Amino acid sequence: MAAISRDEVAHLARLARIEMTDSELDHLSDEMEVILGAVARVQEVAGAEVPPTSHPLDMKNVYRPDVVVPSLTNAQALSGAPAQEEERFKVPQILGEE
Amino acid sequence: MSSIFKSASAIAESLSKGESSAVEVAQEHLDRIAAVDGDVHAFLYIDTEGALAQAADIDKRRAAGERLPALAGVPLALKDVMTQQGIPTTCGSKMLEGWRPPYDSTVVTKLKANGVVILGKTNMDEFAMGSSTENSAYGPTHNPWDLTRIPGGSGGGSAASLAAFEAPLAIGTDTGGSIRQPAAVTGTVGVKPTYGAVSRYGLVAFSSSLDQAGPCARNVLDTALLHEAIAGYDPKDSTSINAPVGKMVEAAKKLDVKGMKIGIVKELSGDGYQAGVKTRFNEAIEALVSAGAEIVEVSAPNFEYALAAYYLIAPSECSSNLARFDSMRYGIRVGDNGERGAEEVMRMTRELGFGKEVKRRIILGTYALSSGYYDAYYGSAQKVRTLIKQDFDAAFAKADVLVSPTCPTTAFKIGEKADDPLAMYLNDIATIPVNMAGIGGMSLPCGLAEEDGLPVGFQIMSPAMKDELMYQVGGTLEAALLSQWGKPLLSSVPALGAK
Repeated sequence: MAAISRDEVAHLARLARIEMTDSELDHLSDEMEVILGAVARVQEVAGAEVPPTSHPLDMKNVYRPDVVVPSLTNAQALSGAPAQEEERFKVPQILGEE
Repeated sequence: MSSIFKSASAIAESLSKGESSAVEVAQEHLDRIAAVDGDVHAFLYIDTEGALAQAADIDKRRAAGERLPALAGVPLALKDVMTQQGIPTTCGSKMLEGWRPPYDSTVVTKLKANGVVILGKTNMDEFAMGSSTENSAYGPTHNPWDLTRIPGGSGGGSAASLAAFEAPLAIGTDTGGSIRQPAAVTGTVGVKPTYGAVSRYGLVAFSSSLDQAGPCARNVLDTALLHEAIAGYDPKDSTSINAPVGKMVEAAKKLDVKGMKIGIVKELSGDGYQAGVKTRFNEAIEALVSAGAEIVEVSAPNFEYALAAYYLIAPSECSSNLARFDSMRYGIRVGDNGERGAEEVMRMTRELGFGKEVKRRIILGTYALSSGYYDAYYGSAQKVRTLIKQDFDAAFAKADVLVSPTCPTTAFKIGEKADDPLAMYLNDIATIPVNMAGIGGMSLPCGLAEEDGLPVGFQIMSPAMKDELMYQVGGTLEAALLSQWGKPLLSSVPALGAK
């Protein structure tokens, strides 16, 4: 069974954009080890000849008519914004980090 | 007589006859909530003003002679994972504290069109991840049968509101059992319709290929009425099935299973199932035999891998779906002091906004989808999904519907499994295969377990787009058991709110 290191969990947390304390990382690496051990069972029956199923319905390319319909107003769309300015979402700086 | 102990169909009848008004009915339920929800904590938000206004509107229209839909004026409890315009929608998470959605989910649009009075939003495991409602950021819901026990999850609030007589109808959502398992442990009825039968528009996504909203009530007929009210094609959901809604109410009233073949799934019983659960399940089978059904045993050898596959597929989809909670457009934002960059603010927000189980699943999903592990984990799980579908196809070739206990045990104590994720996940062992294949599943009560006096759930599974078969078998079984018991199971719920 693939072991998962604390460093790997820290890396996953960075990928998932979740800050984690040292004790959270310790705890989660232990739990991940156990959970991964249990779910790895899927490999026992997943032979090369078995096709994958990603979705219960066999449908593809579902389109709607290309017509304009009413949508949220600017004010409605911004109504839950943590911060706004000049009728736009105001976000922290996105350039110049790391 | 107060309307709170009446079924939805009985309330609807008394409203249409003019024996009571929708405002009276809504007020009686709001009073009941005020009296008992301190004990039960089924609700996260109670919309007193909105509910009374909706009810007054129904009364006005009825007085004006308008022909109203069957459920007009009947109160309902809405799981807090469904958006309702202007009403707080938290999904049991701190992440969405204070958020008031600017739009209605399709389910809410349909409820409003049917004149259903929405009382408020019910508690749930955070983002619908859990089997006990203990993962709610706003504290657990208590099982009305025994307040020290869990009401199931993730839709514990919806199920508990029914068992506590706070609402005759409720909406749930079911990704791996979140409608059926709470129904089982609270002695209520819950249906996960065929995937695509009820629109997911406005249902905050957890695992999009598995999530399905459905009706919950205290009896099979009420569940069927609600099913017909919320189901149907929706162009706003690209996975919505474009086909007519089946006749669920008619099926629930048939009370006849003569000549039907009912398949007992060998793998969903036996070891790990509580003795009292097995006893009540077997008695229900005997009742179906007496009603004229033919019992066959079917085998689904790959079901034993369903739980493992689910705990790869659902976290994988969740890690992707929950990426939307980035603190930029809605929801909480933490640590934005003008100095920190967007990524750091995002990390701090997600650290504080998400609870333990949600983080656990996001990390697990991120791992299962990462390069180098994708084939071994997510890829293999998708193959198991194919095998499970094939097992169902083979079983449905031999039987019209399949049955099993809904859960291996009755309600456990709050806190008992909180620190053992794997033990918690085992609750869903009998409900998960249904979601993997996208078929229909119902849980209805089949009695109280001898050893603890707590409700036992009976699960009926039907092929995709044949949901009416569950209602036919469920309605028949319910009637047979009711004639044995002499009174509904829920009449034995202890008195609440007597402090």
